[in-house]
Amino acid sequence: MTGNMTTIRHHLTDAVLGDYVAGDLPEAFGLVVAVHLSMCDDCRARAMTLDALGGAVLEVGDTAEMGVGALEAVLGRLDAAPARVAPTSRARGVLPAPLVDYVGGDLDAVKWKSVGKGVKQAILPTDRLASARLLRIPGGVAVPDHGHRGMEMTLVLQGAFADGTGRFGPGDVEIAGDELEHTPVAEAGPDCICLAATDAPLRFRGLIPRLAQPFFRI
Amino acid sequence: MSLETGSQETDWAALLLAVRDRADRAAFAALFQHFAPRVKGFLMKSGTPAAVAEDCAQDVMATLWQKAHLFDPAKASVATWVFTIARNRRIDVLRKSRRVEPEDLDWGLGGDVPDETANQVEIYEAEEEARDLGQALKALPAAQRALIERAYWGDRSHGELAAETGLPLGTIKSRIRLALERLRREMARE
Repeated sequence: MTGNMTTIRHHLTDAVLGDYVAGDLPEAFGLVVAVHLSMCDDCRARAMTLDALGGAVLEVGDTAEMGVGALEAVLGRLDAAPARVAPTSRARGVLPAPLVDYVGGDLDAVKWKSVGKGVKQAILPTDRLASARLLRIPGGVAVPDHGHRGMEMTLVLQGAFADGTGRFGPGDVEIAGDELEHTPVAEAGPDCICLAATDAPLRFRGLIPRLAQPFFRI
Repeated sequence: MSLETGSQETDWAALLLAVRDRADRAAFAALFQHFAPRVKGFLMKSGTPAAVAEDCAQDVMATLWQKAHLFDPAKASVATWVFTIARNRRIDVLRKSRRVEPEDLDWGLGGDVPDETANQVEIYEAEEEARDLGQALKALPAAQRALIERAYWGDRSHGELAAETGLPLGTIKSRIRLALERLRREMARE
């Protein structure tokens, strides 16, 4: 992955990162976060710091007594020796490792479906709290209206797009609430490939206000 | 071994490395006595019924054994590592969802060829930081500490989190940031 070679200007918000670390994000948003963290060392350091705080919360928090014989029960089911699994390999192609898992391969394995004006998409399988898709937009083409109800996170994998709020290149992530009226246009040049997640189709209790809340800044 | 009274001084990383390198069951038992009740308590605070929390805590500790080879003491403290396993278990069981992890960066210490003494200092930095962070968390005003805890329990409905906590998070972030930069440089040289 070459994400770290480019300058990432648009990062994850504290609120989104905090929800990811706490395990509160729907899978589709979690995928966008994991892909961004794969490309952005700064946000990865922030996430690992929040993990460390989670460790402290666990360490100093209240304990609950384990049931009688719990240790013996667990000892009884342990294998003779801890497993020796080979470390996961790093992605070498265009798609970062978390996406390779969802696509079942690199970019050439994506099953694109045309949605008009030369734009293609591929829906990725996630839980139904939110949906994730890959978008492929030819240079110079405007992204078709994709129903901005709820929250949307868009991460650029290749190429770039621009809208009223700025320019987004590889690794950049745009986090938009339903207040944002925008018409993203792919920059001239190679196709712009994005990972987009939205909670529009099935929205559950209070996600948007919670995501808008500030987390602690680090 | 007296676990609760001596927990400040117990070297959790050394115990987990004994599990990792020697399949040491006594070391595992010591880790279990300390962390299992904390995981169960954490999950119950997250709204998990006691019986489910008990099962999950046992699963989390079994995972600690099975995945001990993935533990890297330079990257995270044992408490942090246990927290991430417990969090992921909560996502699996309670939310029936899937946790997506970022691309694995080989931290360079947890692999088959550990760099023996060279990074001894670095290895214990994470545990030291964890201790300092725990102390700082305990020293916070109760209301502020409660806000942070609720965020990790997945219960954010009671108000906003403060922007400034006074916790030594900046130091930890700087260390991780430096380690990541060094790692990327080494990867680029491969």
